[in-house]
Amino acid sequence: MSTRLKIRLSFLGALISWLLFSASNIYLLFIESYEMKVQFSNFLPQLFFSGFIISIFIYYRYIITKADTLNFTDLLWKVFITGLITTLISLSIRFFFTVFASSSIVESALTVNFFYNILLGLVIVFMISTLVVWKRLILYQKSKNLLQLWTFFEVALLASLVYDFFDLELLGPKFNIGIVVLFCFSIILVFNLKWIAYLNFKQKWKGILFILLSGIYLYHFFLNLDVFRETGVLVFDLMNRVFIVGLFIFLFLYAAISILVTLFNLPTSSVFERKLKEALDFQKLSQSIPRGQTNDQTYEILLESSMSAVFADAAWLEVHEESGVFQSIRNLKASDIDGIKSKVRSATIKDIMSLNFDRDLNPSKLSDGLKESKFRSIIALPIHVQEKQVGYIVMLNEVSEAFNSEMVNIITTFVNQASISLENLALIKESLENERYKEQLKIAKNVQKSLLPDEINMGNDFEADAFSMAADEVGGDYYDIIQIAPGRFGLIIGDVSGKGTSAAFQMAQMKGVFHSLASQDLSASQFNILANVALSNCLERSSFITATYFNINEAEKTIEFSRAGHCPTLMFFSENNRVSFLESEGMGLGIVRNSDYAKYVESTTLNYKDGDTMLLYTDGITEAKNESGEQFGTERLKNSFTSHARKAPAQIKESIKRDLAGFTGEIDIDDDYTMVVVKFKTNNNG
Amino acid sequence: MVKIETENKEGVHFIRVSGDIDAGSSIHLDNAFKNAADTGETKIAVDLSQLDYISSAGLGVFVSHLDEFGLKNIRLVLFGIQETVKQVFDILGLGKLINILEKEEEVVTALNE
Repeated sequence: MSTRLKIRLSFLGALISWLLFSASNIYLLFIESYEMKVQFSNFLPQLFFSGFIISIFIYYRYIITKADTLNFTDLLWKVFITGLITTLISLSIRFFFTVFASSSIVESALTVNFFYNILLGLVIVFMISTLVVWKRLILYQKSKNLLQLWTFFEVALLASLVYDFFDLELLGPKFNIGIVVLFCFSIILVFNLKWIAYLNFKQKWKGILFILLSGIYLYHFFLNLDVFRETGVLVFDLMNRVFIVGLFIFLFLYAAISILVTLFNLPTSSVFERKLKEALDFQKLSQSIPRGQTNDQTYEILLESSMSAVFADAAWLEVHEESGVFQSIRNLKASDIDGIKSKVRSATIKDIMSLNFDRDLNPSKLSDGLKESKFRSIIALPIHVQEKQVGYIVMLNEVSEAFNSEMVNIITTFVNQASISLENLALIKESLENERYKEQLKIAKNVQKSLLPDEINMGNDFEADAFSMAADEVGGDYYDIIQIAPGRFGLIIGDVSGKGTSAAFQMAQMKGVFHSLASQDLSASQFNILANVALSNCLERSSFITATYFNINEAEKTIEFSRAGHCPTLMFFSENNRVSFLESEGMGLGIVRNSDYAKYVESTTLNYKDGDTMLLYTDGITEAKNESGEQFGTERLKNSFTSHARKAPAQIKESIKRDLAGFTGEIDIDDDYTMVVVKFKTNNNG
Repeated sequence: MVKIETENKEGVHFIRVSGDIDAGSSIHLDNAFKNAADTGETKIAVDLSQLDYISSAGLGVFVSHLDEFGLKNIRLVLFGIQETVKQVFDILGLGKLINILEKEEEVVTALNE
């Protein structure tokens, strides 16, 4: 059944039971007055009466929604309006009886009973609607026990309806037993008044007014019913019903207690409202960051919330940030601040104001009095971000001793929350900054990659492959090749001392030097001598570059090389299947920065044959360590190269990498490392 | 990690290095050289017998002080150097610029030549 249908049915039920009740009542009256001997007891009217009450109860249960979804004053307003309408009708009935007081019509038992039945309907409607509203209020934030108690009370009310079938007399012994039981329930229930705490000041006044008027209606009904009772001609007297009197007592008690409690709560409601505002301010502070607000906005919220929390007359806040000093002032001139500062006597507050506060907070020392100033009380609190005092907040009041320790605690909480917010903001900024640096490094990495040649496989006589890996995003290893003339190539491998960004810059310089010198068709040693001159002017004194330069001449099938302090090249000779180091004298670039350098380098020339293979590498490979700290070393590299030297350059490179990884195991190589494999193949030469 | 101890003996300033010299720890060796130059030492002997590894940044420390020592007439010798470390010096060419001795006993004679 839908709620709407239930409402309609219960309304119809109430109407029909009331009509039947009235009819049976009047009928009884006739039986009495004509002394007809008809078997018709009081049973039927009481039955219809009970049906009427239950229908009305069900009707209002659906009409009046739960207090949780409705505000309390609206609920009380409903009681007030229902009461007003019913009372107005009841008053007009009284008016009718007053106007026709001398007429015989009002003395007729029929008239009295007729109007009494109407009044009875009104009284029941008002009482039951009030009962339902009281129920909603009592059961607001209910506990299990309370709900149980209320159910017992409803059962007791229902039982009293049944009890009323035995014709009882007001204040008779049996009657009193029923009343006492209902009274006991009422007394326990009427002290459930949690809803009152949730009314603000204005709502409390409204509540008192509505409940007071409802009480007056009740009293009026009580008087009116009593007047009818005194006529002595009533067939069905409401006042003889335990249910009615018990309900009267309950409704009246709850109204009285509610008014009293609301009255007593009036002075404290402002405190409650303030606490609520503090909670909201606190929430505002903690939410200021996710909303993407700036530091300044957080400071403004902090200042506003603190001022309203402690009823400050004036306040200011000062924060020293990297970007400058932020100051926010309320109800003060900026020029007043120095005056107030000079009036402060407390050492703690002085320290706080000069940003020298690094002790633990002692709440009792944060507030103080002021003399010879418009303001008599002061609170000062430091603002810390990441354990450093960055600023302070000051509250002022014109009344002396206006601030108490609780107020200091509230502001402390606010400041702490703001600090957390500010720290979060700082962290977000930091991580954004880091993100930007990472982005920059990524760019640097890409730029550096572009410094290495895309293709080193340029000649007819050789096939080459290379691999380079930096320990950090960027590194200092370098290899390159250039075509000097048809069939003539310049090849270089280099390693800048150190690693990381500075090495990467120097590697870029090395590329410039290589491209400008190699194209001039120099001998290998001449290349190194001139490169040393060029680099000596731009390298830091502690930096140097090792390199080996090769001139490859396809026409003469020769390699001419000069070693500038770089690891000796490994050469595989296909003729005898042997690998040896290309030893020669040499000196790193940038170590000797004068003409003496020429004494330390030399050129070596050798012929290459088909299948001869060179392995150029940097010390990142030979110095790679395994778990026990042992280096890969030149011997292991030589052996590895020997066993793979017959393969194609790409396979040689991959095989050596695999051998190296097998040696180091899980450990990452903490240096830049580079390999260039060049395999000569004279046979294909057309 | 590197450990550096200094000692003045028979008119020679001994710098004894043990451990590894990499990019991070090379600063300690650099400081030892700077102190020696600042206090007016003219004969410096570096004991590398306990040095297991030197990175290019560590070699950079030797490189950066060569000119200064030359100008101030400070004589520098290394001794006791392990074979693997000596290779690194030699490959780079530093072996030709710095007097590398085998034993500590040779130091005083070599520096007083």
